[in-house]
Amino acid sequence: MLYREAGDFKTSYIADSQTFPIRFDRWRYYAVLAVAFGIVPFVINDYWANAVLLPFLIYAIAAIGLNILTGYCGQVSLGTGGFMAVGAYACYKLMTAFPDVSIIIHLVLAGGITAAVGVLFGLPSLRIKGFYLAVATLAAQFFLVWLFNRVPWFYNYSASGQITAPERTVLGVAVTGPEAPAWAAYLLCLVFVTVLALVARNLTRGKQGRQWMAIRDMDIAAEIIGVNPLAAKLSAFAVSSFFIGIAGALFFAVYLGAVEVGEAYGIQKSFLVLFMIIIGGLGSIFGSFAGAAFLVLLPVFLKNVLVGGLGWPSDLAAHLEFMIVGGLIIFFLVAEPHGLAQLWRLAKEKLRLWPFPY
Amino acid sequence: MPEQFFWGVEVVLNGLMAGVLYALVALGFVLIFKASGIFNYSQGVLALFAALTLVGIMDGQVPFAHLINAALGTEIHHFGWHLPALLAILLTALVMVALAWAVQRFIFRHLVGQEPIILFMATIGLAYFLEGLGDIMWGADIKNLDVGLPQGINATIDEVTYEWFGYGFFIDNLDISATLIAAALVTLLILFAQYTKQGRAMRAVADDHQAALSVGVSLNFIWIMVWSLAGVVALVAGIMWGTKMGVQFSLSLIALKALPVLMLGGFTSIPGAIVGGLIIGVGEKLFEFLIGPMVGGATENWFAYVLALVFLVFRPQGLFGEKIIERV
Repeated sequence: MLYREAGDFKTSYIADSQTFPIRFDRWRYYAVLAVAFGIVPFVINDYWANAVLLPFLIYAIAAIGLNILTGYCGQVSLGTGGFMAVGAYACYKLMTAFPDVSIIIHLVLAGGITAAVGVLFGLPSLRIKGFYLAVATLAAQFFLVWLFNRVPWFYNYSASGQITAPERTVLGVAVTGPEAPAWAAYLLCLVFVTVLALVARNLTRGKQGRQWMAIRDMDIAAEIIGVNPLAAKLSAFAVSSFFIGIAGALFFAVYLGAVEVGEAYGIQKSFLVLFMIIIGGLGSIFGSFAGAAFLVLLPVFLKNVLVGGLGWPSDLAAHLEFMIVGGLIIFFLVAEPHGLAQLWRLAKEKLRLWPFPY
Repeated sequence: MPEQFFWGVEVVLNGLMAGVLYALVALGFVLIFKASGIFNYSQGVLALFAALTLVGIMDGQVPFAHLINAALGTEIHHFGWHLPALLAILLTALVMVALAWAVQRFIFRHLVGQEPIILFMATIGLAYFLEGLGDIMWGADIKNLDVGLPQGINATIDEVTYEWFGYGFFIDNLDISATLIAAALVTLLILFAQYTKQGRAMRAVADDHQAALSVGVSLNFIWIMVWSLAGVVALVAGIMWGTKMGVQFSLSLIALKALPVLMLGGFTSIPGAIVGGLIIGVGEKLFEFLIGPMVGGATENWFAYVLALVFLVFRPQGLFGEKIIERV
């Protein structure tokens, strides 16, 4: 009885076009925000932050970014890892070059730099389509990783070739570096996730998002009805890379602290984020969160059950994880090609009609 | 100068040989893509899986030994036999055919009519699954594969070229045999596609699914056949690469090397795969030799992609690909 539009009268256009038109959804959203901001920071510990919450939040940003490009605009990209690396290295160079500027500005700037690089690698998308483009984005992946590995300027000529995040503070509390408390890192990521998800949600249901979806559904037809493919595709690349760049910068500065580019931002990362949006649901912001949560929790869960519970060797658990992730992807594609988001949508539809079946 | 020149020639020759191996992997892609429109990312993992299975069968390893030992607390590892290479290769080919059936039965039968991109992602899932399966079945340690192919520097070529030019060319025996076997395989495949009943049916399916179906071609059979062929091609590629650098995880990455080859040659063209493979092989070796030292080396990781990318901007369907016609 709770989940109804009935009795929820909209008296203005603003109220009519709000993100969550159903009152219950709205309250649920506020409740989630209240728990995330008001309760979790006080009960968080290092294990939960590092194993679950931080990767979940950061991957959620990356997944939203890729979802904008692949799910909304239909351009499959396998270069996510490379773009995350751009964000990380841009953030590192900015942090070391301008130590007095706030880290938040650096993070946003890192996103901007990644957006520029993304547009550059998005240019071929105007000529190349479909699989050819998917493979072409691999060029970005391999070239960028190689660049950060081989050009010493990017890692400030450090002997190990790694980049290490120096300690930076927000409002007097350290958020990067080894001394940063778990709750501060968590809150920083949470703020970014909240703001960026809101931006993405509103971009995708506005004019820009409709242009992207028109391009996705059929680019020639979209062009004929007046969508500029150049602007639509490149803006998708730019916005997507902006998100992914911020995710990469957070991944390096807040989560890992020290990064070796081939390991942290390799091709596996590209696939991981792609899997997140497939399992979560292409073209859905909620799906990006669901997919990120699923693929972050799955290894933790498997590790706890198989290694912790049954006492199996950890390499076996790692191989099983591969099989399970692969199997699940196939299962989802066969059973529910629209991912977890579609299940969620169906559940909501049922809820609205409950207790009647139709 | 002559020294430099001979080095360059040697680099080109070795690039050609490497290109043949790339082409071999690309060939598997083209077969499946032509017949079913599936862009098969798992081709590299198929090669890894085939090579792992081959080594496992030759050495008489117990499949899933690691898992069984962990679950039941037993200590089994080997059956205690060593099979001759040829028999093991035949058995592995049978395994690949069975795998082809399973892939068709459990995955792609349910995905008929889906968008190409969904099929592509399913093959990525398949790649992950097979990677885990291969490691669990046969163990993840690096294995040596020796099916009796000659290895090491070819002494004859070294001596003859030294007499002629005063500079001995270094060419690996393995590369020569790989080239010959790949050439034979390609010839066989082309003959098969042109002159046998099944080959004709395969081309018919590639041309038009529905028309082929209406004249009585079994799509199911053709698709299983194509996946089996791709599996066998993967087995050959796995043997070559496995002998060259050991059977290990990185073997599956050769698929990533084959992708730019495909882009360059066009996804639907068998000659394209071969020519593309040769261009990429020579191109990346020459670039590494000439430009590599100036920019810090290891350019082989990305050069092929950038080359293919630049090329595609000017010719979006690849060298020999069918012209892309777009309709609304």
